[in-house]
Amino acid sequence: MENQIKYSQTNEDSKLNITKVGPKTSLLFFRIISFFLVFLIWELAGRSDISIAFPPFSKVFLAFIEMILSGEFVEAYADSLPPLLIGLLITVVGGVIIGVSVGLVRSAEWFIMPLLIIFQTAPVSALIPMLTYIYGISDTSKIVAIVILGMPLVALNSYKGIQSTNPSLLEMSASFLASRTNTIIFVILPSAQKMIFAGLRLGISGAFIGIVLAELLITPTGIGDLITYNRFIARYDKMFATIVSILAIAGLTLSLMRVFEDWLFPKEKN
Amino acid sequence: MKKRSRSTEVILSTDSINVVYQESLIALQNVSLDIPAAKLTAILGPSGCGKTTLLKVIAGLIKPTSGSVKVRGKEIEGPGPDRALVFQDFALLPWATVLQNVGFGLRARGVPKKERDETSLHYIKEVGLLGFEDKYPHQLSGGMRQRTGLARALTINSDILLMDEPFSAVDEQMRRKLQEDLLNLLKVENKTVIFVTHSIEEAVYLADQVIILSGRPGSVAEIVYPKIDRTGEIDLIRRQPGYIDLVDEIWSSLKKYVE
Amino acid sequence: MQKSPFWSLIFWAGVWEFVGQMQWMTLLPPLSGIWFAFAELFQQSAFWDAFIMTARTFGIGLSLSIVVGIPIGILMGISSRADKILSVWVNLFLSAPITAVIPALMPILGIADATVIATVILFSIWVVIIDTQAGVTHVKDSLVEMGKIFGCSRSKIIFWIVIPSAMPEIITGIRLSVVRAVKGVIVGQIVIALIGFGGLFSTYLSYFLMERFWALIIVVFIMSFTIIGLVEMLERRIAFYAKSR
Repeated sequence: MENQIKYSQTNEDSKLNITKVGPKTSLLFFRIISFFLVFLIWELAGRSDISIAFPPFSKVFLAFIEMILSGEFVEAYADSLPPLLIGLLITVVGGVIIGVSVGLVRSAEWFIMPLLIIFQTAPVSALIPMLTYIYGISDTSKIVAIVILGMPLVALNSYKGIQSTNPSLLEMSASFLASRTNTIIFVILPSAQKMIFAGLRLGISGAFIGIVLAELLITPTGIGDLITYNRFIARYDKMFATIVSILAIAGLTLSLMRVFEDWLFPKEKN
Repeated sequence: MKKRSRSTEVILSTDSINVVYQESLIALQNVSLDIPAAKLTAILGPSGCGKTTLLKVIAGLIKPTSGSVKVRGKEIEGPGPDRALVFQDFALLPWATVLQNVGFGLRARGVPKKERDETSLHYIKEVGLLGFEDKYPHQLSGGMRQRTGLARALTINSDILLMDEPFSAVDEQMRRKLQEDLLNLLKVENKTVIFVTHSIEEAVYLADQVIILSGRPGSVAEIVYPKIDRTGEIDLIRRQPGYIDLVDEIWSSLKKYVE
Repeated sequence: MQKSPFWSLIFWAGVWEFVGQMQWMTLLPPLSGIWFAFAELFQQSAFWDAFIMTARTFGIGLSLSIVVGIPIGILMGISSRADKILSVWVNLFLSAPITAVIPALMPILGIADATVIATVILFSIWVVIIDTQAGVTHVKDSLVEMGKIFGCSRSKIIFWIVIPSAMPEIITGIRLSVVRAVKGVIVGQIVIALIGFGGLFSTYLSYFLMERFWALIIVVFIMSFTIIGLVEMLERRIAFYAKSR
């Protein structure tokens, strides 16, 4: 008949050549190709006459090195990192505490859930310019910006994680007369772990958006200022280098988070 | 009946099949079988013995590491229209109605819609699903879903029907009903059936030939030919003297492979 | 929940009203005062211009994200090579602070629709790709085998089985991308600060028209909430087949 499906497609390890992560070496090989391709396309696009505001990769790379050596990055990140770290800490700790307590306590749920949902959907970023009027051009403004953009995500996910505990595990715990504390520690929190960490990743990414927004909109310091300033003086290579640096730091932070999660809760073999 | 008579024509054979996963895990070892035409052959074995792997090799979904499968003496090169498969988890398209699901095989062959629907309705009626052709799988019970899967396999009119633990996902009473219906259906349809099961009772109840696979690696431990008369009342099959004895006999030889 | 969340909202509205009436912060007028600002807002042509501009850029950006994102996701789902090459970037941009990229877009694309559209795309496309890919990779093996058994070609398996099967994930991806596109269209306009709602927000704030500022926040909130609610409804309508897979 017309089914000339070749055996190569019917091997046991591929249904439709859908293969999960292959051997490590080949993955590394593809990573290198992937980076090379993107940089190549960037270089070519930058060299063509799209816009003078879009420099090729090589220029941006050189600007990046220059900015590391000249201390421009050091100076900018010295302004941006402290509020970012404090904001992240508040986001993570506060978000998990709020989310978990909202998930565990009925009245807290009634009280706080609508607020969380509103904060998640509302155009919170529009509030950020307002922060200057309250806190002035200060680190506090940045921290508040980070927290209002990041914390609702962490709290909502922690809440969902707590809510999604398998009911039969709860019944099991109740039938063995476990105390509320034991149930929370041994049943509820472990089963919420995945969702909580997913929320932390969302929250961290929200926090980075918060600091960048704050520095672009209200407090002309740090990384945001470095971006705005270099755009103003038309040093587009330096502007792109700065943007790349903040994207890279955000990416790195999130990867570290993943490594930390895997270290804390080793994946079960399935 | 004539169609269940003891002809010895071999319709499908496997020749020393070996399946090795990842160079170390041997799933099947040296499996050579002859499947008689118009008979029901059951493949029985403990879980993890490779019985589903064997069926998928026969279906052409898994290429054996070595060895071959022949249908009427001709080596297979993959799935083919001479073999239809009924799946353990039904494998119905959840977004398609019973009629569309049953007609899937015909659609894949480019049969025009009118003819496709006619054929599909014929088999929907034969498996007892008339009136449900516009329902979706999620509106059906497990038994009805498997009837849909069976009807779909019948539409392409292949001589060989492969069934992968077809009744294991339904409850005990439904399973009995489906077993009876399968026997009745085979009185009408002239099919060679290869049937994977983990139930000894099911194998003895249905099969003319029971192939017992040993545990890992899966290889043929024994072949039993139940002397059960299925020509008469279906209700009487389990009352035949040989039935219980054979179930016990198979269990005592299978026991050593379990765990 | 024993009590309706509606009463919780009323409670918080009460808190807002109280804080506003106390006049602790000039930035937070009482809620009751904002009611009148709605009427003022809707009478302004600047509001409707901003509304149309926002709707247009949101619509174009989101459609492009979906139309481009789904094929890329499918490609990454069926080809491990495409997956290995693209996944680093998709995952990076999925959670990157895209906000930082907006200043770079402005000199390239100009202070107009194009920059906002690009922001919307950069905010919303990655989640479409990721979810589509997840849907495609999680197709049940038995359905693909069923296609092979009945002699389907590779393209028939992809179009008849794999893509329809991935629909629930694709719809989820679209819902999440709508949420992100809403954020993108607002953030984009706010960073540019001259056009659309972003322009209005900064005007109201610099002239201390706080009633209008909050009224606009509430209007934008209600619009986002409605759009997201509509997509959720659509998602629920096809949820049945996600369950029966």
